[in-house]
Amino acid sequence: MRTIDANMVTEAVKDMAVAAAHHLEPDILDGLLAARDRETSPLAKNVLDLLLVNADIASREMIPVCQDTGICTVFVTLGQEVRVAGDLQAAIQEGVGLGYAEGYLRKSVCDPVERVNTGTNLPAVVHVELVSGEECRIAFLPKGCGSENMSGLRMLPPSAGIPGAMDYIVETVVKAGPNPCPPLVVGVGIGGTFERAAFMAKKVLLRPVGEPSTREDVARIEAELLARINEQGRGVLGLGGCNTALAVHVDTFPTHIASLPVAVNIQCHSHRHKQVIL
Amino acid sequence: MSLLRSPLNLADFKAVSLPLTDDVSAELHAGDLVLLTGTLYTGRDQTHRRLCALLDEGRELPVDLAGQLLYYVGPSPARPGRVIGAAGPTTSYRMDAYTPRLLELGLKATLGKGARTQPVREAMRKHGALYLAAFGGAGALLSQCVKAVELVAFADAGPEAMFRFEVCDFPAVVINDLEGRDYYEEIARHSE
Repeated sequence: MRTIDANMVTEAVKDMAVAAAHHLEPDILDGLLAARDRETSPLAKNVLDLLLVNADIASREMIPVCQDTGICTVFVTLGQEVRVAGDLQAAIQEGVGLGYAEGYLRKSVCDPVERVNTGTNLPAVVHVELVSGEECRIAFLPKGCGSENMSGLRMLPPSAGIPGAMDYIVETVVKAGPNPCPPLVVGVGIGGTFERAAFMAKKVLLRPVGEPSTREDVARIEAELLARINEQGRGVLGLGGCNTALAVHVDTFPTHIASLPVAVNIQCHSHRHKQVIL
Repeated sequence: MSLLRSPLNLADFKAVSLPLTDDVSAELHAGDLVLLTGTLYTGRDQTHRRLCALLDEGRELPVDLAGQLLYYVGPSPARPGRVIGAAGPTTSYRMDAYTPRLLELGLKATLGKGARTQPVREAMRKHGALYLAAFGGAGALLSQCVKAVELVAFADAGPEAMFRFEVCDFPAVVINDLEGRDYYEEIARHSE
């Protein structure tokens, strides 16, 4: 049994919080570059260039890529052969709090009833999954709510089938229009239960941008969804062109014979995510 | 100036001074690219909620919005020695419940991102106000167009406080003009 000190978790989360806000990962930068190269609208092409310049300024000058530095979701995949000495949950929350305070990041979390800001960006939403092995993997996904607000979930009847699910997904993205800052990464969860579908739709955003599903039939669904979304011509920031989405990532889970849950989690072009293995 | 390093073709942009005049507003059309220079006010969800609460109570607002532009932004904190942190637009529809009342007070333009609802579009036409979109998710770049920041009201709302900004060559796109055109709608129609 390996032991990890909870302080290591705090440090790792703090570092990821600051890094995520300032330095976009290569997968999303490559996605934006590829979009620029295939863009047909001159204005959209200019705006894609501007977004790449923005990412460069953010990284060099240590100004957040976007002022909405998000509400944080932390996915912990904890091997059963590793023990965290201390309080794992508290260590993660402390790491987020320190990162947002020391990194000059915006505190965007408030009580849902009183709407009073907690002033710390806490709490973060933490999901812990126990797996075999002795790795502790922590993925950090801070998310602005311009895009989060455009997400949706529908409990479809099985008769709707995959065509019905695809219509709902395309409709959700098109209805969002310019609001969620396209070009988007669209996370989709099909199957499972109400909450599992939503969980999958978010977690699948961690897959490198544009990497297809390992299931061939699902990869075909992803490709068709991407083509259908981009045919609609809403484009970069809703200003037209062929890049409303950079990628559609779909995850699936077996579901009840009476059910077809479909969740769509919309991610803006400022797709900030970090991962560490302790 | 940061935009000189950007790939935008500045020749495509019209220079616009703030606060706007009715004559200038009338010459701006859906789809026009502008560079805004001058004074504007900021506010997002909490500022709007509180401004309208003050109006409900019949009290005076912290600032006279007549003739002004209101930018929907909740900036990230400034690092020491800097004017501001990232300062891009937030999504505008969340302000729609409050906007018609502020337009009645003479607010002449709003700046955010995303489409407005029909009641706001009608109120904008009635009161001769423009709606512009800033480049969403370009908060680091846009921060460099903000030259001075002053707190106006609602300090306890943190990033949702109301500020006065001095901006220079702040880029934006005209979405709703005085003739009632809507640029997002035109793009959507065009691609059908």
